[in-house]
Amino acid sequence: MNQESYHWLVVPTSFIVAMLLMLLPMPEWTVWLRPTWVLLVLIYWAMTIPYRVNVGTAWIVGIFLDVLTGTLLGEHALAMTIVTYFVVRMHAQLRMYSLIQQGLWVFLFVMGYQFILFCIQGFIGSLPNSWLYWSSSLTSMLLWPWVFSIMRDYRRRFKVA
Amino acid sequence: MGLAILLMVLDQRGLGVQQLRTALSMPLSLLENVVSWPVQLIDKLGDTVSTHDALVKENLDLKSQQLLLKAQVQRLLAIESENNQLKALLRSSTEVRGKVLIAKLLAVDTEPFVNQVVLDRGSLDAVYIGQPVLDANGVMGKIIQVGPTTSRVLLVNDTRSGIPVQNTRNSVRAIAVGDSFSGKLRLVNVTQTVDIKAGDILVTSGLGENYPAGYPVGQVESVASDPGMQFETIVVQPSAHLDRSRQVLLVWSNQKTPENHAQVAPK
Repeated sequence: MNQESYHWLVVPTSFIVAMLLMLLPMPEWTVWLRPTWVLLVLIYWAMTIPYRVNVGTAWIVGIFLDVLTGTLLGEHALAMTIVTYFVVRMHAQLRMYSLIQQGLWVFLFVMGYQFILFCIQGFIGSLPNSWLYWSSSLTSMLLWPWVFSIMRDYRRRFKVA
Repeated sequence: MGLAILLMVLDQRGLGVQQLRTALSMPLSLLENVVSWPVQLIDKLGDTVSTHDALVKENLDLKSQQLLLKAQVQRLLAIESENNQLKALLRSSTEVRGKVLIAKLLAVDTEPFVNQVVLDRGSLDAVYIGQPVLDANGVMGKIIQVGPTTSRVLLVNDTRSGIPVQNTRNSVRAIAVGDSFSGKLRLVNVTQTVDIKAGDILVTSGLGENYPAGYPVGQVESVASDPGMQFETIVVQPSAHLDRSRQVLLVWSNQKTPENHAQVAPK
């Protein structure tokens, strides 16, 4: 890390911002629509710099998210680990895709992530009480082009490679 | 991945992960404060720019309300002293009110399927895990995680929450567990012969030592008895405004204060 002109705080900062967005109070009707900000940032990093941000990072970020949202410890960690595994495996293809194609893949990833969370919530007997639960993968997909562009600018600005 | 599953199992069983949670929540409580800061600022701005007339009107309203409440309290005081005398006659333990602290809900959104809220008081204000939390109308939940300046409340309608309750009409005891799906409570293991009707008011019974006795928990909404089932299905509407309250009360029950332990010990 010493010969490169990139600061080790760049990636953690992006995750902290994503976590703040996760906590930010929103109007009542958007409760179920909140995109999975942390996962989107994680997908971006796992896609661009898979040798730095990978399954291990996903696990740690997931544990922090669990504490932050008060879910079962390890719930988000498991879901993020599994999703990140597939993202890292496909990172070469994902980079080649257009934004719309990427968006569709992101939809699948977020859907899988939500499915894992849904299963775990089912195991402990507190399922979300609305079908709108699944709508956040849709909003995540719609927001992906913007997240991608912002993250790309951010990465180039701080020369992360 | 295996570690994640192991952690989940341990957390669900309530084994030893509490310390890990507390340790991790220390840096994270900062994030919670940062997020709720703009909302608090807007609240403060609203307070400063509210007009003189509105303040005078609110003041008058509050004064009249206070008068009403004072009148009611006077009556209650008389009843309480009488009650204490009678209890002393019966040689049972007297009711002493515990210490109370007002806390505010932090403007922090959690996952919508998690029945928890975050408060702006933490271990610096001597908040402890298991502490009961009330709002103006009834029992709201208990503390499950404490950071230095924030703490997390498990609401009574979470599936992991259970409160020992008592019917005010006939002192029948039961346990109310949360039902996150409907956002209400259910009474569990109540047999068909027990006398509980729709409209009954349930209060905490004080058994189980987490919640002090006598605070309202909810009102029985419906009682359905199916002859094929061993137990009745009883739905309770919680009396606390779980999704609307902004200010809550933290209660230090009498068992937990150190003086009390000192008094009990020599006997």
